[in-house]
Amino acid sequence: MADSRDMKTVPSPIGESVPRIDALEKVTGEALFTDDLQFGPGLLYGRVVRSPHPHALIKRVDVSKALALPGVRAVVTGEECEEHIGLYLKDRYIFCRDRVRFVGDPVVGVVATTDAIAEEACRLVEVDYEVLEPVVNPLRGMDPDAPLLHPDLGTYGVVDFIDPKPGTNVANHFKVRKGDVESAWKECEVIVEREFQVPHVQHVPIEPHVAVAQFKRVGKITIWSSSQSPFAQRNLIAEALGISQSDIRVIAPYVGGGFGSKAGVSVEGTAVVMARAVPGQPVKVRLTREEEFFCAFVRQGLIAKTKVGAKANGEILAMKTNYYWDAGAYTEYGVNITRASGYSSTGPYRIPNVETDSYCVYTNHPVGGPMRGFGMPEIHWGIEQIMDIVADELGMDKVEFRLKNCLRSGDANVTGMIMHPIGLTECIEKVKQAIDWGIQETPSAAHKLRGKGLAIAWKAPAMPPNAGSSAWLRLNEDATVSLGVGGQELGQGTFTVMAQMAAAALGVPFEWMRISAPVDTKYSPYEWQTVASRLTWSMGNAVVAAAKDARRQILEVAAAHWDEDLEHLDIRDGQVISYRTEEVMPLEKMVVYGLPMPDDQGWRGGPIIGHGNFMPSYVTSLSNETGQGKRAVVHYTTGCQAVDLEVDTQTGQITILRVASAFDVGKAINPDQVRVQMEGGIVQGISTALFESLQYKDGVPHASNFTDYRIATSEDMPGEIISIIVEVPQDDGPWGARGVGEHPMIPTAPAIANAVYDAVGIRIFEMPLTAEKVFLAIQDQGAKS
Amino acid sequence: MSEAMDITVTVNGEVFQKTIEPRLLLSDFIRHELNLSGTHVGCEHGVCGACTILFDGMPVRSCLMFAVQADGHEIRTVEDLGTMENLHPLQEAFQEAHALQCGFCTSGFLMSILPVLEGTTDLSEEDLKRAMEGNLCRCTGYQHIRDAVQLAAEKMSSGSES
Repeated sequence: MADSRDMKTVPSPIGESVPRIDALEKVTGEALFTDDLQFGPGLLYGRVVRSPHPHALIKRVDVSKALALPGVRAVVTGEECEEHIGLYLKDRYIFCRDRVRFVGDPVVGVVATTDAIAEEACRLVEVDYEVLEPVVNPLRGMDPDAPLLHPDLGTYGVVDFIDPKPGTNVANHFKVRKGDVESAWKECEVIVEREFQVPHVQHVPIEPHVAVAQFKRVGKITIWSSSQSPFAQRNLIAEALGISQSDIRVIAPYVGGGFGSKAGVSVEGTAVVMARAVPGQPVKVRLTREEEFFCAFVRQGLIAKTKVGAKANGEILAMKTNYYWDAGAYTEYGVNITRASGYSSTGPYRIPNVETDSYCVYTNHPVGGPMRGFGMPEIHWGIEQIMDIVADELGMDKVEFRLKNCLRSGDANVTGMIMHPIGLTECIEKVKQAIDWGIQETPSAAHKLRGKGLAIAWKAPAMPPNAGSSAWLRLNEDATVSLGVGGQELGQGTFTVMAQMAAAALGVPFEWMRISAPVDTKYSPYEWQTVASRLTWSMGNAVVAAAKDARRQILEVAAAHWDEDLEHLDIRDGQVISYRTEEVMPLEKMVVYGLPMPDDQGWRGGPIIGHGNFMPSYVTSLSNETGQGKRAVVHYTTGCQAVDLEVDTQTGQITILRVASAFDVGKAINPDQVRVQMEGGIVQGISTALFESLQYKDGVPHASNFTDYRIATSEDMPGEIISIIVEVPQDDGPWGARGVGEHPMIPTAPAIANAVYDAVGIRIFEMPLTAEKVFLAIQDQGAKS
Repeated sequence: MSEAMDITVTVNGEVFQKTIEPRLLLSDFIRHELNLSGTHVGCEHGVCGACTILFDGMPVRSCLMFAVQADGHEIRTVEDLGTMENLHPLQEAFQEAHALQCGFCTSGFLMSILPVLEGTTDLSEEDLKRAMEGNLCRCTGYQHIRDAVQLAAEKMSSGSES
């Protein structure tokens, strides 16, 4: 068949900034989020009694007074949770059985007819604890005499690429041993060694976590949840309860912001256990904003000790890194963040001698989860600062130093993987130009100092080697197209991009596309999870395959009807056309009712439904001892950012004036959406760089509201954001596309730190760069004049 | 539980008489008693602005008021801003200028910005930032929201001239 839509030509609407397919619903208030669903008077409300201690043994639980309160329908405890749950390492109970490991650990669940009664009943639950010494720092957690958080670590179920160390607090240890670091130091002209710290931060989706669960009397479970991972939730909960995946249905309406916090299983587990106690009735659990801060996932903290050596000509020769991740009490994703940070520990640099030890350390802090960038913003905070310091000590321009050492297509990276085509150098050159690198700008006042800083970044989707996607596509009577996907719309625009790809691959106008939402595991095709910036590439491939499947079926019917060869036929702009006869036929009706054959030979066709799937087939494992392997990941997205800022030496306040940002996205399916991803990532990066840090005292969290924990507002947005799209195609991406959802916040914080150094001559190694910290550092060290 | 109270409130031009608990928040009243779920609740302590509505024409955080305080008052929510067929220029601008991602904060932004634009469409850069500063968005980075407000101002000023 004539295919005008192969991956080399770019048909409409690929590369066009069509408006979001969900925009109309969202500007009119019609879009439904989980808490908008109405369940009628039968709805019950669940609240959770949480541990007030970072580390303690549960000695006694008395729920009798709570149960006696009128309106209370059920109370559940760890007694009802026999199975462990966890994505990579099954290390927690949904409700604690014998031990609590962080302030906020769920101990008792109360179900009542109103939220107010449930809240009141929680206060009537009595729990006696034997308080234990908490581990509140990952370095302390590594001590041989540190209290053990998980004495049973050796008995937990674990996937084969995670390496827990029973008898310690180390949930995973990932190693890289490449070349010979020790010999390499002797050849280095400059060696720099520094320690960097990143605090816990919270994702702060504006929509708090919410889940509603219902047990039908015949044993089937329905969960409505604000979820990035409906299928993973179904799977994990099925395994934890010992039931069939097909007996759990997860319905996931629009997600009001996720950033990783709504991946895996969190609040849904508690809702399911509570609903099991009241069969037939739905139970809603909605986190308060206070709970959201420390009971949902947080971004893991990090202590990074890094040493880099370079030759006099500027060539980086060796890098040695120890990462101590403050993983918190459990590690839904933390163990894999530890791995991803290990296999990405050099940043996008070509370094022949590498030694990395990345440790995932249990602490009595909130549960570390994935957050936009999956460890990469945290490790680049150190990598991109130490590279600046090395360049400085060599007396080299920082951009030239990066261009000399950064990875290019065909280079072997830290794990030995040969880099696919990447446009990193193009990103660096374009950002350099956009920010007027090397030109000293004038500050706006005498007490202010101005500076520029730059950082580069890379990130691969961190996922099991065989994470898969699938899609189906159904033609309706009027030739509108219903597209079924299992990936979730979190705001990143995936529904729009999938509709664009399907329209392009099928040959119909974008306006004909409809997404079969909400994602519902009962009807939607399987999708591993909406994480890792993987949907445009992975689910996109499945969608294109489904569209091509439907297209083939349509053309076969048309070919039979016209008694024509397939190769002369195409679908363009919603019509079947014959290039030979120039005949044209609309898609409507025929895509459901089929077409009559010539000479009254009956009918051919039937309702058209195409399907497609995608799974990478080429990812190999890494050696446990050396971290080396053929291809550890599917691909890396790379990019560069530069910041032009001003520091007020009288207050320490940083004002971001300009940010230039370039990422190699392979192919921008919707360029405006790529640009808003860049802007959103940059402002989130600025927010974490300047303001955000979860404060604890001995493991007890302090800030848990928006006044104590400030995130960026419109007042904090840069004066100007220059977003640059670079397109070096991904060989197995749809039209060459690869993901860019997480990446824009990765280089932002170190670029700011580098710019602050350029402005005032002071380096701060511990995020965030609050005005107070900057002011005190200026007082202490003096600003450069 | 305290005694239920009767209130009469005008919401989006329609008069409602309801008997409610005195502790019921205005945001929950709008969402769960009137089923107007376009008003979202993000923090319940008056900071994020997702629940912003117009109360006698003024933008307020509906999570910081009790429903009984609305007795005798007039409320507008996002559902009253425009219809699917006839969007308000501000809604059109948000749609055209890619001013939303997850959309959870969008209603609050629209209702905060609306009275500003109804006051004047001649907005300086500072005015634009100020019109938005009371609402939190974690997705967009605000730049495209600012662009949309500017676009809406243009649409509204040309609309009023014609």
